[in-house]
Amino acid sequence: MAVTSTTSTLAVTSPSITGAAKLAEYARSKARRRRTERVIESVLLLAACVSVFTTIGIVYILVRESASFFAHVPLWTFLTDTQWTPLFDDAHFGILVLLAGTVSSSAVALSIAIPLGTIIAIYLSEFAGHKTREIMKPLLEMLSGVPTIIYGYFALLFVTPMLQKLYPELPGFNVLSAGIVMGVMIIPYVSSLSEDAMRAVPMSLREGSYAMGATRFQTAVKVVVPAALSGIAAAYILGISRAVGETMILAVAAGMQPNLTLNPLEPAATITSYIVQVALGDLPHGSIGYQTIFAAGLTLMLLTLFFNLIGYWMRRKYREAY
Amino acid sequence: MTSTITLPNPPPSLKAESKKLDFYYGDFKALKGVSMPVYEHKVTALIGPSGCGKSTYLRCFNRMHDLYPGHRYDGSIHLHPDEVDVLHSSVDPIEVRMRVSMVFQKPNPFPKSIFENVAYGLRVRGERSRTFLEDKIEAALKGAALWDEVKDRLDEVAVNLSGGQQQRLCIARSLATDPEILLFDEPTSALDPIATGSIEELIGEIKSKVTVLIVTHNMQQAARVSDYTAYMYLGELIEFGDTKDIFMKPRRKETEDYITGRFG
Amino acid sequence: MDRKSELRAIIRAHKRWDALFGMFGLLAMMVGVLTLAALFANMAIDGIPRLTGDFFTSFPSRRAGQAGILSAWIGSVLVMFVTAIVAVPLGIAGAIYLEEYARKNWFTDVIEINITNLAGVPSIVYGLLALGLFVYTFGFGQSILSAGLTLALLILPIVIVTTREALRSIPQHIREGAYACGASQWQVVKHHLLPYGLPGILTGVIIGLARAIGETAPIITIGALTFIAFLPPVPFTGEPPAGMLDWVFSPFTVMPIQIFNWTSRPDPAFHQNAAAASFVLVFMTLGMNGLAIWLRYRLRKNIKW
Repeated sequence: MAVTSTTSTLAVTSPSITGAAKLAEYARSKARRRRTERVIESVLLLAACVSVFTTIGIVYILVRESASFFAHVPLWTFLTDTQWTPLFDDAHFGILVLLAGTVSSSAVALSIAIPLGTIIAIYLSEFAGHKTREIMKPLLEMLSGVPTIIYGYFALLFVTPMLQKLYPELPGFNVLSAGIVMGVMIIPYVSSLSEDAMRAVPMSLREGSYAMGATRFQTAVKVVVPAALSGIAAAYILGISRAVGETMILAVAAGMQPNLTLNPLEPAATITSYIVQVALGDLPHGSIGYQTIFAAGLTLMLLTLFFNLIGYWMRRKYREAY
Repeated sequence: MTSTITLPNPPPSLKAESKKLDFYYGDFKALKGVSMPVYEHKVTALIGPSGCGKSTYLRCFNRMHDLYPGHRYDGSIHLHPDEVDVLHSSVDPIEVRMRVSMVFQKPNPFPKSIFENVAYGLRVRGERSRTFLEDKIEAALKGAALWDEVKDRLDEVAVNLSGGQQQRLCIARSLATDPEILLFDEPTSALDPIATGSIEELIGEIKSKVTVLIVTHNMQQAARVSDYTAYMYLGELIEFGDTKDIFMKPRRKETEDYITGRFG
Repeated sequence: MDRKSELRAIIRAHKRWDALFGMFGLLAMMVGVLTLAALFANMAIDGIPRLTGDFFTSFPSRRAGQAGILSAWIGSVLVMFVTAIVAVPLGIAGAIYLEEYARKNWFTDVIEINITNLAGVPSIVYGLLALGLFVYTFGFGQSILSAGLTLALLILPIVIVTTREALRSIPQHIREGAYACGASQWQVVKHHLLPYGLPGILTGVIIGLARAIGETAPIITIGALTFIAFLPPVPFTGEPPAGMLDWVFSPFTVMPIQIFNWTSRPDPAFHQNAAAASFVLVFMTLGMNGLAIWLRYRLRKNIKW
């Protein structure tokens, strides 16, 4: 009695006319169908793998060009030289100069984005009514939706003149304006993720605090923020990552002049704006100047990767909390 | 523990039969050695408390478990008269589902028109001829007692129908493909009493065309609707027999306790 | 008695802090809102007077008064076209694989980690990838094709994530109903998941394209020239088959780069042009974002489970 199926026996019993004929036909084409389904799955898999190929491509190209670069320039010099003048006859390749620009611009930006972003997140999560949230959230999202070139324009032609009224010695290109505008642009990154982290804190924790007679501010600061801490930290890391990677605002408003200083009142070049400067020029493919942008790019990649990993680890930690 | 099975005499013709069916969700053994007959053109009801495995057992018949990883079948379910073991790895689940159809607990019409909902099973089988589809759909909707209510609005979206109508639509969708067995997984638990009544009436009518296997947590429904009843508990088949016998003179104490409401 | 008034004083003090913080919160939000307002006002005041019909139909020129954005906006449209053609099928296909076909193993984890990681890579790194790989190694040159491919890779994570969310929001009982009718996996995807998920997918695509249209850094890195006084050959004209795709390999410029070029000049007349072009670009970007949100709202209303 226990007989396993083969394609032909499956069609025997169906009562209706179409049934039997259809099932037989269906069974006959089973092999073809299986193959089609498998082909479709492979095509979809290939598409999903494009992201892996992209990462491999990025790593490959950065490493390959940097390898040629580091064949000429020792790593130690790269990390410790205090000048960055790759296109001069007396060429110097000290990445610290560009890093200084990146650090000072990010510091200015984050000193605005982190406090304001956190305050906004706490306000929207714990204080604001539904209507306020509905209006403010999209408005803040718009801040991150404006193309950065336009922020660059704004920093150069609006913020800098305004700052110059307060401090007339401010040079036309300076890190401060760019940093301020960058900071405002990054606010939604910080506030959105922090707010999500805080909204995820269960209501029961808040109720416990209110029941003890605490105000909204006390509950927010003593109960909600500590509970959402790793999510908030992840938001900060996202902000840092975004600041380090920003290009156009700095390229337009901070000048593209390498300058080993942490003073935001001067112009400076960052890793990102340097790459733009080179790309705007005419560097022959394969020359040392051309390779410097890949070395710079590799440094940037490692920096961003470092922050992304920390952020990823923190996000996993916060998901495990509930 | 052994099942107490009272087979009718003389036995009606057999449509399907499970033999020593075990089922695992990962490491958890949800069905333990269930052996049970399913008689052709009869309604068989599966009853038992929550978690007894009746839905799990039902879903083996159309290989629904295959959609979710981590499951394992042990044992067999044979369809008669060609003796195909539905659970065997060489059998294509899609072909099984073309012979064994299912109506779900919560009516799940597709967000398409009424016509397209009923036509879906036929389209999947490659039917394209418009006149053929129209005839089959009319027959299916009549078989589900829905035709008069929707015949003028076949192109309207199905989700606008009431709950009871939606469930009859899902029944029509299954009937359109002339299945051999129609599985009902608590088909009326999401419906109001009047809709429930109409579905029960429908089941009584369609059994002349299909074999029905129905899971229900409502004992009165099982008593009203079915010819044979199986009582399950903790993954095992406790008792099987004629519905009248099960409800009037159950042979096992566990069955009696459940039916009289002493627990469950 | 004393204790009671002591407590009342403490409560009053706490409530003051509460109110103070409320004010800070509003102020902080105002910073964002005011910045946006200042930005728009600035662009509008400087730019709108410049928005004549000529502006849209003229090439850039050394004379600010005659310069226009013709090559820029046409370049943007063509690049967006290539980006969409590449990113949309790849993104949707990848998302379908991850949501419906992928098994839970290390390989799937690797793919998902990559997608999350790529979303956080600075856009200029994509430019470097394009320069090294597309422009030189593959030989596509400094063309619309290279730009389109780069931006497609850039927005791929956005399309994948939003498509996955759209697929996830389709309830499981719809899938079960379709399978129970005897459908194969691809039939369930083709007949049910893609049609029902379309609003969400479309939203994601539009948001991705809105992001791509404003990207400058990767395009500069590829070497898009900043002064282009000609148009790429009209698409799909020219002798087939090679002539039809001439435009894809042509040099080009896009809106953000034109803005960059004008902003970088000392002459304030060009700054006015930059303001006008910025106005157009912001209008396009925010318009697309708004369209995406509206579409999602509209189409979502029609689908009821």
